[in-house]
Amino acid sequence: MTIVFLTFILMLSVFLGFELINKVPATLHTPLMSGANAISGITVVGAIALAGTGDQDLAQWLGAAAVALASINVVGGYLVTDRMLAMFKKKEGARK
Amino acid sequence: MNGLIIQLAYVASAALFIMGLKLLGSAATARKGNTLSAVGMLVAIVAALIDQGIVSYQWIIIGVLVGGLIGAVAARLVQMTSMPEMVALFNGFGGLASLLVGWAALSGDASTFTVITIVLSVLIGGVTFTGSLIAYGKLSETLGSGAIMFRGQQVVNSLIVLGIIGAAVMLSMDPTNTTWLYAVIGLSLLFGIMAVIPIGGADMPVVISLLNSYSGLAACAAGFAINNNILIVAGSLVGASGIILTQIMCKSMNRSLGNVLFSGFGSGVTEAT
Repeated sequence: MTIVFLTFILMLSVFLGFELINKVPATLHTPLMSGANAISGITVVGAIALAGTGDQDLAQWLGAAAVALASINVVGGYLVTDRMLAMFKKKEGARK
Repeated sequence: MNGLIIQLAYVASAALFIMGLKLLGSAATARKGNTLSAVGMLVAIVAALIDQGIVSYQWIIIGVLVGGLIGAVAARLVQMTSMPEMVALFNGFGGLASLLVGWAALSGDASTFTVITIVLSVLIGGVTFTGSLIAYGKLSETLGSGAIMFRGQQVVNSLIVLGIIGAAVMLSMDPTNTTWLYAVIGLSLLFGIMAVIPIGGADMPVVISLLNSYSGLAACAAGFAINNNILIVAGSLVGASGIILTQIMCKSMNRSLGNVLFSGFGSGVTEAT
């Protein structure tokens, strides 16, 4: 039953993803890609659950490594996107 | 009660991701959108931390600090012109993280469905990781930016795909035999390299966008493997929006996605240098 429920969620978010991205101006493609990339670091949430079991087994070490890697993706992703958008704003201002 | 709070927090963070992506689509609100999405991520992480299944915070804290510091420093220091390859690199790390989560989720008594989702997260995560590293190398010109081709490339690729399928079937029949999992990991990493080397440097932004979509799908598959709703929702959001963004980028270059992905193969081996 959970599988059916989760597949429903998957289907709905796929449609939503398609809807959200339509008609975005070309200059925003790179920041949008970078911003979406930061969201894909959500895997950190799964990694946290694995790293915190306290079991000292392989799964925990894999989880700890995954937490570190996904954190790079999350923190780096959001900061780089913000820097891109800051630059974007300045350019727009200069043109006016 | 604790579980309910966590699930509600995941709903809130999913809503923040959706609003964030929406606002990122317009120049006036883009920066605010990025901040909203970051808040969503923070909510999801805090919710994950209060889970009662977590008994030891030591390695979580070390992981977040080390990863966060590396990410922050890299994002600060990178040149404006090198940002696309930096995004590729970050994306690769996200893919590798999904690979590791899938790997860690494997246990001897895993059901066939779980094994399939584990294989998918390892496969997509692995392809994202090495594919992004190659894309990074090509854009930063540490590797040659041209397309790399050799005789029999398609045969090699077909063999890799068959190998992955074979190893996946064997693993689902006997989840205790981790040799097959290692085979899937190794072949997926190899496949990521093979998929990106025949693509030329000018097409790299499109490839990065596609790999970004893959890393979302990898997170989604990892979410199925460990039964985590927010991974499924956020992962499929990124996967779907990434694919459509890739499509739009191709269109603005007057090319089709197939054209970009198989440009190397289409031009024939004789052209390769």
